[in-house]
Amino acid sequence: MSLTTFLQQCLTGISLGGAYALIAIGYTLVYGILRLINFAHGDIFMMAGYFMIFAMASFPWYISIPVVLLVTVLLGVSIERVAYRPLRTAPRMSVMISAIGVSYLLQNLATYLFTALPKGYPEIPFLKKIYQIGGLSASFVTFLTPVLTLIIVYGLIILINKTKIGMAMRAVAKDYDTAALMGIKINRIITFTFAIGSLLAAVGSVLYFTDRMTVFPFSGSLPGLKCFVAAVFGGIGSIPGAVIGGFILGLGETALVAMGYSTFSDAFTFVLLIIILLIKPTGLFGEKTTDKV
Amino acid sequence: MKKNAVSKNKLYTLAALLVIIVLLAFLQANSAQYSYQISILERSAIYAVVAVSMNLLTGFTGLFSLGQAGFMAIGAYTVAILTIPVDSRASVYYVNGISPAIANLHCPYWLALIIAGILAAALAALIGIPVLRLKSDYLAIATLGFSEIIRAVIAAPQLDRITNGSYGLKSIPGFPNLFIAFGLPALCILLMVLLINSSYGRAFKALREDEVAAQAMGLNLFRYKELAFIISSFFTGVGGGLLAIFMRSIDSKTFSINLTYDILLIVVLGGIGSITGSVIGSFLVTAGREWLRFFDNPLVIGGFVVPLFRSGFRMVIFSILLMMVVLFYRRGIMGSNEFSWEGLGRLIRSIPSRIKRKSKAQKHPAGIPLCPESMDDSKKGDNA
Repeated sequence: MSLTTFLQQCLTGISLGGAYALIAIGYTLVYGILRLINFAHGDIFMMAGYFMIFAMASFPWYISIPVVLLVTVLLGVSIERVAYRPLRTAPRMSVMISAIGVSYLLQNLATYLFTALPKGYPEIPFLKKIYQIGGLSASFVTFLTPVLTLIIVYGLIILINKTKIGMAMRAVAKDYDTAALMGIKINRIITFTFAIGSLLAAVGSVLYFTDRMTVFPFSGSLPGLKCFVAAVFGGIGSIPGAVIGGFILGLGETALVAMGYSTFSDAFTFVLLIIILLIKPTGLFGEKTTDKV
Repeated sequence: MKKNAVSKNKLYTLAALLVIIVLLAFLQANSAQYSYQISILERSAIYAVVAVSMNLLTGFTGLFSLGQAGFMAIGAYTVAILTIPVDSRASVYYVNGISPAIANLHCPYWLALIIAGILAAALAALIGIPVLRLKSDYLAIATLGFSEIIRAVIAAPQLDRITNGSYGLKSIPGFPNLFIAFGLPALCILLMVLLINSSYGRAFKALREDEVAAQAMGLNLFRYKELAFIISSFFTGVGGGLLAIFMRSIDSKTFSINLTYDILLIVVLGGIGSITGSVIGSFLVTAGREWLRFFDNPLVIGGFVVPLFRSGFRMVIFSILLMMVVLFYRRGIMGSNEFSWEGLGRLIRSIPSRIKRKSKAQKHPAGIPLCPESMDDSKKGDNA
């Protein structure tokens, strides 16, 4: 493999990893606060893809993107409201089953509304423009994804560490009941968390699907699981961890595809998961906690 | 008095069994006419086996595993490879040819089913060693991962000459008659019931209620978890094998994550921790899917075409119904109770008063948790 091909593959991997990282953050935030694997997150990502198709049919891209972001946030927040909030005091397994139910519902709804056939993703002209640097050639979105991911993550870290609402989020993640006693409105914080998660999923969806070109009702389920793995890999609850997990996953998967083992690229994710859970169950950046009786 | 009640129940059970056998004989005699109904019932019976084996893990041992589809795939492929008639193998493997190692391997379906179960159980034993150290959602996602790995390995081009890759396997001989098609699932479920009522079953339940307490009582946690996982996987493998015999042609796409979700929804609907619940659930869910089929066809009322009715609407209704169960009726149909003739009698007697109460007062939400307390921890660090 020549150096150019190698670099080309690296670029693809980093770009894919950036999109994964954005989705993984959604998992990590929600898990950090609710201790819930939001199985529906991947399907929110898929729905964002469909929203974009319909928005682009009637608006230019600079209006479509904000519209899609807004609608996706609304979707994420209303899912939390309808499916997770009533189960706040229920056992964790019920909430998880509810999340699987929502995921199932969204997939069936998408199949019903948009048919199971893949739909073409609209082209956003400036994102698809091909640039050449040395021997490398890639569309603008490939360069944009990692950069945008890092900027967003930086903003998010500032939000969580420096602002009041970020402090409230950390408090709720640390201890639910004490945070409530301190006067933090738990439900509002959880809604806010879901809003951020869905927003990032929508951004990730624009970047991911611009590269993939088609959307179908199940296109969210596997990326969703993979991004959860990325979040676990980096240490659930940790944003830098989720980002690094996303990039490692994107690079590893691209490497496997490049070497001709594309059937195993999905399995790779889970091998990674099992290895990390065995060696360091709290993930790369996870904090060590102990079980109390 | 008590003895009398027991023999009465036995009489009822015997009568019910007789009715079922007569019904089966009737369906067998008219199998051409009722083939559609028979296929729904057969599929329900097979799903019931897998649902009960999932319940054995989730409801009785408190291990939330989502690896069912993977173990079913192993069972299904084992049975398919062992039972496809040797003469028709050339036509099944026409693309890649058949590996000489399995070309002449053939055995009767019952032996193939047992081998399928043993292979699934052996793999579960291996997987269990690392995975069962994890708890609740981490265990769920790790088993889900393994199931996906199994599927990827089966579909891999490197195994084309054994699993026939993406073409799948076909010409699997079907069930010889209906009594076997329903008798085998019934036998599997019976064995699991016997297990749950044995001392092992009580150990499983102790694990579910409180791991630390169970350990303090001298239970070897890992040994019992591993045992539950292996036994559950054995029956899941057999269930997969039965599914292969029922479907007659399989490919790796059948055993995707959605199959696991289907089984999970059956278990939830029937009631986590209730075997009869899982059985009822699997018949209801499988049949419900067919009953709801009219939603898929255009509906015309007096020349007016109702707009919502078109292909796919059925599954939307179905998933909304399931969400309703999860949100408002968390106990499922049976909760953690088992079917008994007294229970049925009480239910029938209570119907008039229930109707009266419902018209008077608002319904009150059921507050009984759906799953074992041990998973109800809001503590951090479950994975530690």
